[in-house]
Amino acid sequence: MKSGSTLEKVLASGNPAVTAELGPPMSADPHEVVKKAQQLKGFCDAANITDCQTAVVRISSIAAAAIAFQQGLEPVMQMTCRDRNRIAMQADLLGAAALGLKNCLCLAGDHQKFSAAGRLKGHPGAKNVYDVDTCQLVGILKKMRDESKQDGGDPIEVAPKFFIGASWTPMADPIDFRPINLMKKVNAGADFIQTQGVYDMEGFRSQMAKIRNMGLHEKTAILAGIIVPKSAMMLKYMDSSVAGVSVPKALIDRMTKAKEAAGDDKKKAKELQEQEGIKITIELIHQALETPGVKGVHIQAIEWESAIEGIVKAAGLYPRPQV
Amino acid sequence: MVKDFKKVLVFGCNTCVAICHAGGEKEAETIATLIRMRAAQEGKQMTVNHLGVMRHCEPEYFEPVMDEVKKYDLVLSTACGVGVNFLSDRTGTVPVYPGINTSFYGAVEAPGVFKELCAGCGDCIVHMTGGICPVARCAKTLMNGPCGGTNKGKCEISRDVDCAWYLIVERMTKLGTLDKLSAIIPPRNWSTARDGGPRRISMEHIREFEEKEAAKTETAGGKK
Repeated sequence: MKSGSTLEKVLASGNPAVTAELGPPMSADPHEVVKKAQQLKGFCDAANITDCQTAVVRISSIAAAAIAFQQGLEPVMQMTCRDRNRIAMQADLLGAAALGLKNCLCLAGDHQKFSAAGRLKGHPGAKNVYDVDTCQLVGILKKMRDESKQDGGDPIEVAPKFFIGASWTPMADPIDFRPINLMKKVNAGADFIQTQGVYDMEGFRSQMAKIRNMGLHEKTAILAGIIVPKSAMMLKYMDSSVAGVSVPKALIDRMTKAKEAAGDDKKKAKELQEQEGIKITIELIHQALETPGVKGVHIQAIEWESAIEGIVKAAGLYPRPQV
Repeated sequence: MVKDFKKVLVFGCNTCVAICHAGGEKEAETIATLIRMRAAQEGKQMTVNHLGVMRHCEPEYFEPVMDEVKKYDLVLSTACGVGVNFLSDRTGTVPVYPGINTSFYGAVEAPGVFKELCAGCGDCIVHMTGGICPVARCAKTLMNGPCGGTNKGKCEISRDVDCAWYLIVERMTKLGTLDKLSAIIPPRNWSTARDGGPRRISMEHIREFEEKEAAKTETAGGKK
């Protein structure tokens, strides 16, 4: 075992892994994290704790992960390259390991420009860091763990033992380069991969065929990302505006139909769309797990953590294996 | 910025910023006119003149007019930030203020269109990236390929900004060198960039030559 995390053990056992996501609040109140951790506990092997997603200031991933961990939920702390240089990154990694955290997902991070959206002012004028990129951060974690060395070469007496993850957007362009992109992250040391949300299963499967030809599915554990759709509007938005996400028209039509079935009753429209969204999610989970080379699913119910229990149970993924 | 000064010189720089239609003598003249108009509207007594020299970043170009420059209460330099700093060290008690915002050092893509292509990081890698610089042209200065934000060849920050990595992949595919991108570029040494502190280059052969020439002149002077 590289880290001894539950996620690593479940994957080693050959069972399909289930990870979920917990978004920390824009507040110093820990109760929101505690509540969400209770909702997720038992229904996933580990839950990603987002690191100021869309560059919005929230409880830090490490602090929220430590709270979730106290609640008995295994966290996957996230670390973006946007906000820290290699000094802060390694300091935080040592600290996170000292707090008992065992999984870390490395990612570039959304540009700070995204923080000003809707009603939020955010910090679009912030300076970004990007001292290192995702691939390099993965390498730093591996060097710390396997060689007990800081990136600069100084020795580490007690090495942080992380199960190292990286994100991957399989269907963003340049699409032919995406498999090489994954290969670099795997060669750098990524033990597991969580993908951007997949709706276009056909497109995903065609990328996975390339991944299998390269043998990458045997060197890393690929967890397909599934974003639980809440409404027809959300699906349309993701299709048109989120990079690397295309939503088949049939799925948008299903959600639109669910919405229209409620007539003018807005509350009912919301309910019916959420029900249809959960149905779609379960189908996507099954299709993803049937795809050769896929070792698990990363289910993201954004600001809807309470939906995970029902989804995981209905998908036949409950109870989670005891490892 | 300038309203509390009585005698202002808008000082143009006739090389790079003139080519960019930003701060040459012509633009300096326009700015001087605008300040005069505003001063008149607000009933302020102000003398605003303009002047231009070839470069604010080399003493030989501005020294001939320095006596004139020092007659003002304020020099509003429309040179780039380099010129503003350089001049400011050489005007004694006269303050030098920036007349333009220096945005970047770019190329002329089309008449009137300027594009940032180099960040002067001090450790060039474009031989490994198809001649396209990810330090200057990727919003996240990524070294190992695109992030997940590439959308139809554009950067996630704006539909008007090209994704540098999209261009790199396209260019290297065309050059038949895409396989070079499979290698991982390790964390960079940013100390050659701004992060290493202010940079200075001293070209020894030129310094030696200049010193020799100066010594010759001194000897010649001694003989007189």
